[in-house]
Amino acid sequence: MLQIEDLKVRLGDKEILKHIDLKIHPGETHILFGPNGSGKTSLLMTIMGYPQYEVAGGKILFKGEDITRMAINERAELGIGMSYQRPPTINGLKTRQMVNLCAQGEVAVESLARQVNFEAFLDRDLNAGFSGGEIKRSELLQLMAQAPDLMLFDEPESGVDMENIALVGNTIAALLQKDGSAEETTSKMQAKLNRTKMGLIITHTGYILDYVSADKGQVLYDGMLSCVSNPREILNCVGESGYEECVRCITGIN
Amino acid sequence: MYNRDQLAKKANAARRKQSAIGPDIDLTEFDDAPSQHSYLAEEDLCSLPMADQNQLLMAGLDVREEERGGTYLQKDTDVIHCHAQQEGIEVIPIKKALETEPWIGDYYWKLIDVDTDKYTAAAELGLHDGYVIRALPGSRSIYPVQACLYLEKENIQQNVHNIIIAEEDSELHIITGCATAPHMKKGLHVGVSEFYVKKNARLTFTMIHNWAEDMAVRPRSVARVEAGGLFLNNYICMKPVRSLQMYPTTHLVGENAVARFYSIIVGSPGSYYDLGGRIFLKHPGNRAEIVARTISNGGDIIARGHLIGEEPDIKAHLECRGLLLKGGRIHAIPELEGLVDGVEMSHEAAVGKIAQEEIAYLMSRGLSEDEATATIVRGFLSVDIPGLPPQLKAEIDKAIEESDKDMM
Ligand SMILES: Nc1ncnc2c1ncn2[C@@H]1O[C@H](COP(=O)(O)OP(=O)(O)OP(=O)(O)O)[C@@H](O)[C@H]1O
Ligand SMILES: [Mg+2]
Repeated sequence: MLQIEDLKVRLGDKEILKHIDLKIHPGETHILFGPNGSGKTSLLMTIMGYPQYEVAGGKILFKGEDITRMAINERAELGIGMSYQRPPTINGLKTRQMVNLCAQGEVAVESLARQVNFEAFLDRDLNAGFSGGEIKRSELLQLMAQAPDLMLFDEPESGVDMENIALVGNTIAALLQKDGSAEETTSKMQAKLNRTKMGLIITHTGYILDYVSADKGQVLYDGMLSCVSNPREILNCVGESGYEECVRCITGIN
Repeated sequence: MYNRDQLAKKANAARRKQSAIGPDIDLTEFDDAPSQHSYLAEEDLCSLPMADQNQLLMAGLDVREEERGGTYLQKDTDVIHCHAQQEGIEVIPIKKALETEPWIGDYYWKLIDVDTDKYTAAAELGLHDGYVIRALPGSRSIYPVQACLYLEKENIQQNVHNIIIAEEDSELHIITGCATAPHMKKGLHVGVSEFYVKKNARLTFTMIHNWAEDMAVRPRSVARVEAGGLFLNNYICMKPVRSLQMYPTTHLVGENAVARFYSIIVGSPGSYYDLGGRIFLKHPGNRAEIVARTISNGGDIIARGHLIGEEPDIKAHLECRGLLLKGGRIHAIPELEGLVDGVEMSHEAAVGKIAQEEIAYLMSRGLSEDEATATIVRGFLSVDIPGLPPQLKAEIDKAIEESDKDMM
């Protein structure tokens, strides 16, 4: 389980997250909404452990351990992984090598790559000149090899074309054990219990909801997670009346 | 033809002439008296002590001579093994060639002036030996020829002169290394090299250096590339060296001739490197590229590059990237000189440290900070060299991997 309690985060001298409480139970996937610049990426980077996001208060627990001060790679070892919005280019490191590094050993790179239609990119330097949509598939490929328990997806479907969106959506669903493969052999109830993977997905468009059945939706606004609701409802509400109105209305009801 | 007396006279006049660049070296500190190593037959090569074999291997010389088109091995001042094992390839010690090959006069000291500086003068006045490697017209070498200049005698000054000729339409690959015996500390290597790439010939020359910490090294080389020819020159030096200065020059003297230089340098504390290259583009269709990747761990590195475009319709690019890992200095000096309208020349130079963002990215995939750093450094050093045969690529990768262990 991921548990965040009263988290405050500063970036430089700016307070970007004021008060965050969040619980993601094993098997659950949450969707994170919020306007541009509201701090969604910052929240993910803080969970991943990027030191420039300075935790000024509160704590982060994962699998019962306090990871608030833990180094990035220790969090990765514990089972946290991230699909980045804008990852850096690593010159001279082939994507193929990176997939092996993620798997911490030899892995069937070609067949993994085939699943996200990425075989042609394996011998290119990681992220070098990758288009927006290619970056998303590269990030997914790395997560497939890494197989973390908690996956943080930063706008995984933005910039992905119509043909690849289903591929990306279904891959994420599979990573999060939400692809129904478990349901084939057991009851829906049992499948839910068997599920262990956790997800936190940032989206603006909500397209990902067509492929991944999310358990909860959250809106990050003004440095706080303002409402918890069905992600479709949030999407509709924001679509109709905008973030400000939506946050006020839902909080009002609560 | 050449006249050794005249050359000696000219050289004598330049005995004390300091080099235009690089710190001066006092030649009286070194001993250039001939050593007395005996010639080794093929089977004897493999009986060299393991420690020596390993040093040689690091410099790209495989004593088993597997997948090699020929071998030249010089120890201190003596040629201890020399033979070609491929049709169309000649490997001859230069002292022998000067006696027996009438054509050598067309090449010996024809690209470099013997009175350039005290080092060229020393190479003539106290010539020990060196290799002549020639690919006959139309010959295509499958395997590279390996040449190694090995130093064992403490405080030696080794003077060599090499001539490399790729005749018309030939293809020649050479891997050459310089290495010192494990126990050796101090010495001076002076090496003159003249490269002739004739019409439509392809020459790749990959040089891997493994010096002792207190070595001084002064190579002097010039290449001449004719129409349609390609000269690909790779230089790898990952081990400490007291002082190394070289500034190889290439003249593209025919249409569509191409020269590409790649160097990969790691500078350790106490080491001084002043290197780079200069390429003259004199004919339409000429292409030149100089790529340098340098890392300083506390060493002092000057990376030069000079491209001179004398004709329209030439293209040249210079890329000089330096990484400061643990102090030291990297001084990039890229120079572009366009002499007429219609030249296309560019450069890109950057000196800095590893981006924290890249380290963090790899750490989030489970790598420790040290592993992430090593991975990025390895990537930085792994340059794609188009046209390099896979075996030579493997040699370069091996040299980089070996040095990884020392670097971190
Ligand atoms: N290095 C930085 N220096 C200054 N401000 C920064 C820096 N990085 C991020 N910010 C600011 O922090 C705020 C939060 O950024 P963040 O990237 O978390 O937003 P986001 O919710 O992910 O937005 P988007 O939907 O556009 O991706 C923004 O106002 C951003 O400009
Ligand atoms: Mg963002």
